[in-house]
Amino acid sequence: MSQTDSYTDMDLLRFTTAGSVDDGKSTLIGRLLYDSKSIFQDQMEAIERASSKMGGDESINLALLTDGLRAEREQGITIDVAYRYFATPKRKFIIADTPGHIQYTRNMVTGASTANLAIILVDARNGLVEQTARHAFIASLLRIPHLVFCINKMDLVDYSEERYEEIRAELEAFCSKLEVNDVRFIPISALKGDNVVHKSKNMDWYEGGTLMYTLETIHISGDQNHVDCRFPVQYVVRPHTDEYHDYRGYAGRVAGGVFKKGDEVMLLPSGFTSKIKSITTFDGELEQAFAPMSVTLCLEDDLDLSRGDMIVRANNQPKAEQEVEVMVCWMSEKPLTPNGKYALKHTTRDARCIVKDIKYKVDINTLHRMEDDKEIKMNDIARISLRTTVPLFFDRYGRNRTTGSLILIDEATNETVGAGMII
Amino acid sequence: MIQSYSLTHLEELESESVYVLREVAAQFENPVMLFSGGKDSIVMFHLARKAFFPAKVPFPLLHVDTGHNFDETIAFRDALIEKTGVNLIVGSVQESIDQGKVVEEKGFNASRNGLQTTTLLDSLEKGKYDAAMGGGRRDEEKARAKERFFSHRDDFGQWDPKNQRPELWNLFNGRKQMGEHFRVFPISNWTEMDIWQYIMHEKIEIPSLYFSHKRRVFERDGVILADSDFINKRPEEVVEERIVRFRTIGDMTCTGATASDADTLEKIIEEVASSRITERGGRSDDKRSEAAMEDRKKQGYF
Repeated sequence: MSQTDSYTDMDLLRFTTAGSVDDGKSTLIGRLLYDSKSIFQDQMEAIERASSKMGGDESINLALLTDGLRAEREQGITIDVAYRYFATPKRKFIIADTPGHIQYTRNMVTGASTANLAIILVDARNGLVEQTARHAFIASLLRIPHLVFCINKMDLVDYSEERYEEIRAELEAFCSKLEVNDVRFIPISALKGDNVVHKSKNMDWYEGGTLMYTLETIHISGDQNHVDCRFPVQYVVRPHTDEYHDYRGYAGRVAGGVFKKGDEVMLLPSGFTSKIKSITTFDGELEQAFAPMSVTLCLEDDLDLSRGDMIVRANNQPKAEQEVEVMVCWMSEKPLTPNGKYALKHTTRDARCIVKDIKYKVDINTLHRMEDDKEIKMNDIARISLRTTVPLFFDRYGRNRTTGSLILIDEATNETVGAGMII
Repeated sequence: MIQSYSLTHLEELESESVYVLREVAAQFENPVMLFSGGKDSIVMFHLARKAFFPAKVPFPLLHVDTGHNFDETIAFRDALIEKTGVNLIVGSVQESIDQGKVVEEKGFNASRNGLQTTTLLDSLEKGKYDAAMGGGRRDEEKARAKERFFSHRDDFGQWDPKNQRPELWNLFNGRKQMGEHFRVFPISNWTEMDIWQYIMHEKIEIPSLYFSHKRRVFERDGVILADSDFINKRPEEVVEERIVRFRTIGDMTCTGATASDADTLEKIIEEVASSRITERGGRSDDKRSEAAMEDRKKQGYF
């Protein structure tokens, strides 16, 4: 029974992995799965079969574990975000495995949008290269709370402490230009297994924890905003049954803060105030709800509230405006249309918007602002101004990743074309 | 007292799935939930009951019946429908065969598994459903690892792995053209272990097939199959009585059993934890070729 008990005590860490094509990212994930015994025998056999079919080296190709679709196996590269799962007795992990090429920035942004932690692989022979800078920039732009640089292929630089310190200094200098709070460095060899799950015997000079230890112990419950109360109304529950004749519940997922029974709340956009009568769930009433819990709130007063509205506290309100400044990552092959109109989704609210201004584009390798180049193509990151048809209730993305994010949708094709972070 | 504002991984997964289910109800006009009678769809339905409590689940269940189901599955399904009062729609593969829309496979490995796709797409069209929720999990199979929560299908019901909409934060884009529909996978992020832990934690009823029991079986290509009238046995295949259980529940023709004496949830969890074979390792439909699942998904499979 001990196993079943401990399992229900675990929490969940979502992380992304980014690296250049040959940085050994797939090998690292394979190593984490392999050394934590998360690989099943039939998967292992499938890989052994595929390894020999591709005429690769004699050792098992751990990278094959993470390559899913046939097109990828043929091209030998990962082309999309793939999600992997593993668990240790301490935690359950979800990996958003994203490709490292420049043309796939959009996938990296996608994977990063839900992550608590990013692993960035750096080849010990090459140190900080353009792609490393790009990955670190995207991680900071998406406000991933924890950043772990794995200096990989240490076996190819004779496990040199000097080389590691050199790269670390270089990375620290670069990160000082970014907005990241928690940055860590670990010297590893994914291929040989040094400092991935087991502590390396080849690098006595490294006193920090292994990558697995870091993943298992890093403190993540502080990553959510538990200060600013934000409850976007997602769905109105009206049972129309005898037992719940007058019941009217507002279903949603807490986006920030802590809501307690009896709390005085304000409703947006109406500005009316009321009190929380109850927090209903299938399993009974709750005294309080916090992010990211999905609950249903019932209010004391019978007020008109629908999807897209927001329940907040009168003394701590989000901005309610029709003009928003966003950093946008462009996801579509069709470039952004200056003065173009797009559909927009923000929390549970739908709106339309017009692109009023393109302020500048960011060179994601150097972080320079390019004010004369205003053609926003796929994988570009730019600062733009939007005017929306209805007010959005938002916070700065840096303050709240849920109420600070939005997507832009092409109204003709319905494709998601832009990922926006509100400044 | 110091307050800790953290959730366990099961609570977080539950909250995410409930959020997705509510998005479906809010964004689509006529959604339907695919229900196979297997543990994943049972958990998904349980989550739907939570999502809309105290109201009833605001969409019907759709069961694609191959006619080759285990009796236990059908009995379980009917009891659940009776208990929860939800509306059930049955799409019949036998009907599709009778109407000449599909042709039954012949030979020893004949299975109606592939035929389900036609019946499924027909049922979706007939009901004019614009979203079909399925219990697919990304950890099941490598082609599923890239599936989105909201998966867009063209008007032929096909999946294009190269042209999927990016899915950012929790902002799900369910906009579509006339005639197109979505597949939605609310339990994408759950693993087999999560499902079992949750079933135990929530005391969710599941069909007896999952617990070890005595059954007449025979072996084919290393897979233990239940003896039934739906399978043509080769002369050398010997039926014997063994103690087995099923890790997944599909058609009798292609769902492999495992030799097991796990007759309680605790024992099943211990078994899953120490298992060295994935649950789909017992599915002969996945063994047909290395990219079998990818091919079936493109055509509109679950």
